[in-house]
Amino acid sequence: MTLLEAENLQTRYGPGCSQCIASTGDGAGTNQCPHCDTVVACAEADLGVEAGEVLGIVGESGSGKSSLAELLALERDEDATTAGEVRYAGHDGNLLDVDYETRHALRTGEIALVHQHIRDGLNLEFTGGGNVAEKLLSAGNRSYEDVRDRVRTLFEATEIPLARMDDPTSTYSGGMQRRVQIARALATDPDLIVLDEPTTGLDVSVQARVLDMFRRVQREEGVAAIVVSHDLSVVRLLADRTLVMRHGRIVESGLTDRVMEDPHHEYTQTLINSVI
Amino acid sequence: MTDHTTTDDAPSDDRSFDDSAPDGGMPVSTASVDAALESLDDDGLTGYNYAYLDEHTKREVRRSMLKAVAIPGHQVPYASRPMPLARGWGTGGIQASLSLLGPEDRFKVIDQGADESVNAANIRRLAETTAEVETTTDTTDADLIQSRHRIPEEVLTAGQRLVLQVPITDALRKVDPSDAANRRRHAHKNYGKMWVHLYENVVEYGEINIASRYPTMVAGRYLMDPSPIPRWDVPKLDDADHLTVLAAGREARIYAVPPHTAVEPLAFEDRDFTVERFPEQACHACGSTDTYLVEVSEESADEDGFETRYACNDSSFCRKRRENPELPKDHHLDREGVDWGPETPDGDASTAQRGGSE
Repeated sequence: MTLLEAENLQTRYGPGCSQCIASTGDGAGTNQCPHCDTVVACAEADLGVEAGEVLGIVGESGSGKSSLAELLALERDEDATTAGEVRYAGHDGNLLDVDYETRHALRTGEIALVHQHIRDGLNLEFTGGGNVAEKLLSAGNRSYEDVRDRVRTLFEATEIPLARMDDPTSTYSGGMQRRVQIARALATDPDLIVLDEPTTGLDVSVQARVLDMFRRVQREEGVAAIVVSHDLSVVRLLADRTLVMRHGRIVESGLTDRVMEDPHHEYTQTLINSVI
Repeated sequence: MTDHTTTDDAPSDDRSFDDSAPDGGMPVSTASVDAALESLDDDGLTGYNYAYLDEHTKREVRRSMLKAVAIPGHQVPYASRPMPLARGWGTGGIQASLSLLGPEDRFKVIDQGADESVNAANIRRLAETTAEVETTTDTTDADLIQSRHRIPEEVLTAGQRLVLQVPITDALRKVDPSDAANRRRHAHKNYGKMWVHLYENVVEYGEINIASRYPTMVAGRYLMDPSPIPRWDVPKLDDADHLTVLAAGREARIYAVPPHTAVEPLAFEDRDFTVERFPEQACHACGSTDTYLVEVSEESADEDGFETRYACNDSSFCRKRRENPELPKDHHLDREGVDWGPETPDGDASTAQRGGSE
């Protein structure tokens, strides 16, 4: 069953004109409209995610991966103009148009986002446990012991030392902060997690352990995920299917193995060959 | 130049000197300072409108209060005029009181439970001189009570109005200093951050230990800062017979708890809201064990050290209790079993929790 379906998603920064879409994208070789200087961060993006599936989105910096991920996670950027349609199993209508309350309910329940920047996703003055608890408390959980138990379980699942649970998040290492974000995203048993650059700023061994942990938890919980990364190896490790983005457009999509072994698009070939 | 600056003693030829005076000052021509002061006797406060504030200001404050009553717990902005004392000293409370007072009203002012404190006495005197109201220190006798940090021990009734002075209007400021973000949270009833604060409180102390300004849900919708009343007084606001108006002068906000509104202090299902406990303590003056007690340090009679004793915080009720130690807090009411604040604490935490009845 298709969990999430998105059609013709678009995010742009700037006034916009009638020629924006035609004069940007892969063919034009730019994401900035030469007529009105509008930056078309992403456009004409169609995709679907099945329940329990992991979808990878790769592309170079500025290719529109994060803009697309934010739309899918219903995260609104005040400065951007967005268009398109996101449909979600069990909900009627376009989720990009819903009011704050519904969006808030979805974001504390079914769809979770792990931010690229720690500060966007966590409150560093709160304790690590408090950050995870916030999700549960916002969802209306009013039993202290239940919240505490759930936080403890999540800390164990994401391999964060329990002894550090009640320390301020600002005292955590980068890898631990990343794990707290994942624990927080998992807190209310969502159906879909969007991870925006889950390994940025982590050294290689920590990257491996965070990814390993996420792959295990993702399979155990059967949660669907959209993994956005510039790092091909991250996507190769986690994703069942992969989308390749360039200049704000999806240029290639397919099973991860197929995309990696037999890239069709010229850019994808360059991307795969350039892995060190 | 108003009349009272010219006295009979002033020689008429000094007028020409006055006219040529430089900007910013006009010398009062008088024989002596005493004569000038004497000449002011007739005027003084007679120049002011009834109840000190002009009618336009009072109307504006009343409108804000009506809106506040219509949306319980919601902070309504108002103009907050300069008052004859510094902001932070009860200017919001005074504006609310003076806008509510009429000549028939009897007015009581309490500061931290005491009628005799300098600030309370001065506010009372301002109302006496400008609004020509009678004042009282007896809670049951008052129509309007202005208070700082306390709700009286005696049960307030349907006809009475309580004005509480408020230093900080937003309960959420504790968790986020941004008022803009907090207004958004109120609009969306998004109080997750405050819950995390309570959660971390329990993690650190084993119970929620917020001494005053306890975050409280009003009518199931808005989170309210009940002003720095102790936790002891918070349950008194729930389903109360009286109207409570909370006014902040510095922040220019008014909010209210109308009669019979549900007021619920935030707490976990398994970590109850608790009031202050005074195990095995009684007021040294009246012997009460069912009132909010404070520690007082006094020089002991025999030694040169200090002795710490407990005393009722509500001085007017303490005085009544000294005459009649058995006097219940609802002695002035026909009905019995009125739920008004906590039950007599006996040192056992479980009986001192919310829901105790008299």
